[in-house]
Amino acid sequence: MSTVTIERPKNKPQANVKVLKTVEVNKKAMFETQNFNLWYGEKQALKNIDISIHEKEVTAIIGPSGCGKSTYLKALNRMVELVPNVRMTGKVIYDNKSIFDPSVTVEQLRTQVGMVFQKPNPFPKSIYDNIAYGPKIHGIRNKMILDEIVETSLRNAYLWDEVKDRLHENAYRLSGGQQQRLCIARCLAIDPRVILMDEPTSALDPQSTLKVEELIRTLKEKYTIAIVTHNMQQAARISDRTAFFLNGEVVEFAETAHIFNNPSDKRTEGYVSGQFG
Amino acid sequence: MTIHYISASERGTRMKMRIIINELAKYLFLLATLFGIVVLGILLYQIFADGFSWLNIDFLTNKLSTDAEKAGILGAILGTLWLMLVVAPVTMILGVGTAIYLEMYAKKGKIQSIIQTNISNLAGIPSIVYGILGMTVFVRTLQLGNIVLAGGLTMALLILPITIVASQEALRAIPASLSEASYGMGATKWQTIKNIVLPAALPSILTGAILSLSRAIGETAPLVVIGIPALLIPLPGSIFDKFTVLPVQIYYWTLDSTMIKEYANLAAAAIIVLLALLLILNLTAIIIRNKFQKTY
Repeated sequence: MSTVTIERPKNKPQANVKVLKTVEVNKKAMFETQNFNLWYGEKQALKNIDISIHEKEVTAIIGPSGCGKSTYLKALNRMVELVPNVRMTGKVIYDNKSIFDPSVTVEQLRTQVGMVFQKPNPFPKSIYDNIAYGPKIHGIRNKMILDEIVETSLRNAYLWDEVKDRLHENAYRLSGGQQQRLCIARCLAIDPRVILMDEPTSALDPQSTLKVEELIRTLKEKYTIAIVTHNMQQAARISDRTAFFLNGEVVEFAETAHIFNNPSDKRTEGYVSGQFG
Repeated sequence: MTIHYISASERGTRMKMRIIINELAKYLFLLATLFGIVVLGILLYQIFADGFSWLNIDFLTNKLSTDAEKAGILGAILGTLWLMLVVAPVTMILGVGTAIYLEMYAKKGKIQSIIQTNISNLAGIPSIVYGILGMTVFVRTLQLGNIVLAGGLTMALLILPITIVASQEALRAIPASLSEASYGMGATKWQTIKNIVLPAALPSILTGAILSLSRAIGETAPLVVIGIPALLIPLPGSIFDKFTVLPVQIYYWTLDSTMIKEYANLAAAAIIVLLALLLILNLTAIIIRNKFQKTY
């Protein structure tokens, strides 16, 4: 079995900052949330959220437990509606159209906005069938096309070399880190434009975490990524912009470098410097 | 300074008492367990002593006869198999369908909880009441007569609540993270149920269905109420024929054993066959459960 080599982005720190600045001018917002509120029953979980997620960038959402960051992420692909008694007001614009517009079904939205979950959740099926599941439910039956999608998706998730000889083994036999990359590959297989990641490395060991982070860095060349994370170093390492959530509100939303080096709000400073969390 | 509330010798005697009571407790519970096993042992001994020597190929392949020496249970075995052929699909389709609706579609609320309570209540209704229901609806109103179809539908209703509850538990055991992954890729609810939830729940659903089926095979009362003929009838060849089943045959032989003594032996031999059938079914359920047991 060959070892995986993951190409590191060759940008030097200064170059990184430069990229961030051009980003701000050129890249359009994929998701725009305007005055967005969300309640679980009587309890308000999100208050007046006004942030946007820009195309082909990594947007990190950080904040202490229970601050609403996962809720926000799940609102973007309307997964939050699986929870009973959810009520929402305000606007969520995806690609210039409201995600609540009756002409767009949740199925269409979720085909373009994929999701990777906190705990790796492969289906109790083979590696191949896990990846082919998405294309199949969208009507692709041709075996050759499916084979190609499976290979491309696994390659793009840097998992191909590790699993190419055992595609028909049960996915549960993979390690936790491999399972999570499989879930990312499964998400890539439906060819989304946005990938939402809900603490994708919180259940992984440091090495697997590193691999997933490398993967996220390369994925942003093609995809728009929003990632919820508890790990502030992770946000600093991989994201272009960061939103700091506290008690259901956005305290600060800015370029990552700004949030971590020179935050405008005292509370942001307190959180990123580890005074609470 | 330590304060001693009881003397060392007193603590010693108390300790002895505690240990004795501890031992006594163990044997008390062992006794409770043994009671059931001993009763089962006596039962089996009695049945085998009465029936085993009567059990042979002829007994399995002969038709019913008034002559105890010639009598066989082929008709009852065929009747039981035909009955299963009606009960299994009907209870599976209705039971799993209901479970899917309640678990996956129904909004959690008053109406859902009323339905749920009623299903649990149905499971506790005496089987003879189902017999009266079957007689009224299937035999009389639909004028099916006392044929396999009528008996099978009655039995399917009888075990339906158990199948529903077992299927619901099976569906509930599938972690939400799996269906979330499916929804997250743009799958519809039905695609998610069909491709992810049902296949994962199927082993448990099958186990529950087989166990409830074994209950249907052992039931007597509903079929007696429907009016299974005690007379000699031709072997059933389809679900539209009149039929008898093992437990009903056992019942009639036991009734008549006051007149003809050998009927008691025939009943015992038939009981052995029935027990073997139930054992095979339960074994199948256990094998399915162990083979497909998965950790998510």
